[in-house]
Amino acid sequence: MLIYLIKRLIGMIPLIIGITFISFIVIHLAPGDPTQFLSSMNPKVSETARDKFIKMYNLDKPVHVQYLLWLKKFVKFDFGESFSQDRKKVIDKVLERLPVTLWLNIASLALVFIIALPLGVLSAYMKDSVFDKALTIFVFVGFAIPTFWLALLCMYYFGVILGILPISGLTSYNFAELTFFGKIADIVKHAFLPVALSVFGSLAGLSRFSRNSMLDVLNEDYILAARARGIPENKIIFKHALKNALLPVVTILGLSIPGLIGGSVIFESIFSIPGMGQLFYQSVMMRDYPVIMGILVIGAFLTLLGNLLADIMYAAVDPRIRYRKKS
Amino acid sequence: MKRQICLLILLVFIAVFGCSENSDKGEAKSKTGLAAVAKTYGDALVDGSIGDASNLIPILATDSSSHSVASWIYNGLLKYDKNLKLVGDLAENYSVSEDKKVITFNLKKGIKWHDGAPFTSEDVKFTYELIVDDKTPTAYDSDFRIVDHIETPDNYTVKVFYKQAYAPALASWTTSILPSHLLKGVEVTKSPLQRKPVGTGPYKFLEWKPGNSITLVANEEYFEGRPNIERYVYRIIPDSATMFLELLNGTIDMMGLSPLQFAKQTDNPRFNAKFNKYKYLSNSYTYVGYNLKNPLFKDKRVRQALTYATPKDDIIEGVLFGLGQKATGPYKPTSPWYNPNVKKYEYNIEKAKSLLAEAGFKDTDNDGILEKDGLKLKFTIITNQGNSSRSMVAEILQNSWSKIGAKVDIRILEWATFINEYIDKRDFDAVILGWSIPLEPDLYDIWHSSKCEGKNLNFICYQNSEVDKLIEEGRVEFDFEKRKAIYNKIQEILAEEQPYTFLYVGESLIALSNRFENVEPAPAGLMHNFIKWYVKKENRKYIFTQ
Repeated sequence: MLIYLIKRLIGMIPLIIGITFISFIVIHLAPGDPTQFLSSMNPKVSETARDKFIKMYNLDKPVHVQYLLWLKKFVKFDFGESFSQDRKKVIDKVLERLPVTLWLNIASLALVFIIALPLGVLSAYMKDSVFDKALTIFVFVGFAIPTFWLALLCMYYFGVILGILPISGLTSYNFAELTFFGKIADIVKHAFLPVALSVFGSLAGLSRFSRNSMLDVLNEDYILAARARGIPENKIIFKHALKNALLPVVTILGLSIPGLIGGSVIFESIFSIPGMGQLFYQSVMMRDYPVIMGILVIGAFLTLLGNLLADIMYAAVDPRIRYRKKS
Repeated sequence: MKRQICLLILLVFIAVFGCSENSDKGEAKSKTGLAAVAKTYGDALVDGSIGDASNLIPILATDSSSHSVASWIYNGLLKYDKNLKLVGDLAENYSVSEDKKVITFNLKKGIKWHDGAPFTSEDVKFTYELIVDDKTPTAYDSDFRIVDHIETPDNYTVKVFYKQAYAPALASWTTSILPSHLLKGVEVTKSPLQRKPVGTGPYKFLEWKPGNSITLVANEEYFEGRPNIERYVYRIIPDSATMFLELLNGTIDMMGLSPLQFAKQTDNPRFNAKFNKYKYLSNSYTYVGYNLKNPLFKDKRVRQALTYATPKDDIIEGVLFGLGQKATGPYKPTSPWYNPNVKKYEYNIEKAKSLLAEAGFKDTDNDGILEKDGLKLKFTIITNQGNSSRSMVAEILQNSWSKIGAKVDIRILEWATFINEYIDKRDFDAVILGWSIPLEPDLYDIWHSSKCEGKNLNFICYQNSEVDKLIEEGRVEFDFEKRKAIYNKIQEILAEEQPYTFLYVGESLIALSNRFENVEPAPAGLMHNFIKWYVKKENRKYIFTQ
């Protein structure tokens, strides 16, 4: 297992470098550059300023040279400095915002699994019942409704009309003056809508997936045999079928991570959450290349790590899979 | 004995009631004192902003958020008063020499930086030297490059020697003056002041939560008097729909509204019970610019015809819900530089058609599109994505201009593509864009012939030697009336030539919580007397323990 892990981790290195190379080229193919947003269409900005910034950012050099310069720093785990006017280190900018994004995504992911799995299992168990059909409609509504629209609707209803939930942000303005439990309540209240909507949007996929997976397992011969032996239905479902039905679902866990990080861009903008999604969006709009690259690399690393974790969990769930040399 | 006892009782009585009366008075006094303080100082204004600030050393920042926040922290030598007239800020007064090449500023005495250090002429000299230093990544050095040198004969006098007379120089001294004692000998891009600024302004920096909020606190020693509102909070809300919901919820106190929000979505008793709405002409105008290198637009009669066929009233009514005024030139109607007597183009399709006929355009092949020498009156209007007003204007123009035989296509482009691929490369027919109207009237960057090539801002390539001459004269004329005459003439020429069809000047539409008192709208907007605003004790929303 350890050798497998090391192999996988080493295997990530060329993969990450490949991702950075493609990303770098694609980013530079987009029209516009950071200097444009500093100086364009502003009569107060001097003519020479643009040239000065171009030289300062090395934008006068060919793209491959720029990439090599970036890579030289990256191998020393230095993501460089942001092009934006605060000139902050990219790693500081990302670390400032990563915890919020991770926290919200992990909470969403955990809730999606906690809610979607039982729903899927129950749906499979009660196949074609009213519950199954109602659930199908419910989750597909969640899948079909545009998230930003639903978010605004919920913000208006729960925030403005009912006044029971905050509209945006991560904490209240008087957060520092709250008691310990007050702070926890404040965070939970602020996180409620973004997490609930993120979960609602993701339920369809996972619950349908677990339902189908469960149905496949329930049609297996060994379940038929178990039923023939007179084993109670709940025991068949929860002891024999569920474990095997979970197997493909675990794979989804790893594949969900990039999607959730991508989804953060929309959520963090609508809910004014100062996370990595918001930073990424701003950086793309400002053509802040070092920050875009930093976030992409960290995102790619997290995705690869997610896949690795999924594989490890796969082994944990399925005794047939073991990552070791065959004797 | 009895008398002694009576005397004693009397003394005790006097002592007790005398003291209690005194103490009552004292309490009453202190209560009055508290009441006075409570009436003036306190509460916070929570303002909403789409973008976070980037750098709170203003010369290093080009984004409006940074400048908005920094404007509360720093002062310039001069500032614009509520009537948009240049007056002293850190400077008590100023004078211009006979040859107009030397400006002398006499500084106010007793001003302190937020850290307690005294403000002196050395700070002014240092700020100038920092701006023109090649190592300083500032975009605002052009106005200071023409300074020959600066002298500081004493702590409170600054003499600025220019290489040539330059009237816009005065406005350049509204730039924020930076603290030399904190920045001297330090690499400015590494200075902690970028994130924790120290200025002389009405508010001191308190806290910056990136992507979330910036909080400023009243400067008790501000030289114009302590601001009444205890804190100014700048909340970052990237989505404008979310910001509007926060406003409805009362979690932000102030926001610039869209015409739709102002006219329709906030016109209800619930909103009016909590907010006041203000409107005043904004410092920007929207226009259609014609690429004058395109043979279609060479003849001014074509441009005039297009302006005649532009239904400005309908545009203002339909796009802005009536919240704007017609633009006739590069200054807004309330500006002191505005010339109301220029040629006007009331909507007149027949006049437009006859002008086009005069210019030689005819529909020879009966396809509904005019042509001349095989050149059809067919072109594309481009504008940038993300501005729904401009795309609506494009559609109105497309419809209206079709009535005079012009076939118009519309392209909406992402900002970077729009600038890089079309504007900078001069690869367009007509463009809908807007310019902000600076308080300094100089038109050099947008209308002078020399700004036609490269990536300069005269991208329609307007070249008129008379306008060039007038612009150059305006730049060396300090006398208001003489300068005004120059710009009046330029406006007349532009109105006749119609290189742009000037469309409209929109209104700035502000919603502000009605708990703020002493708000006084003026040509400079709402915030010019912000330090005098206050909230009555019973209306206060935020109470600060620290």
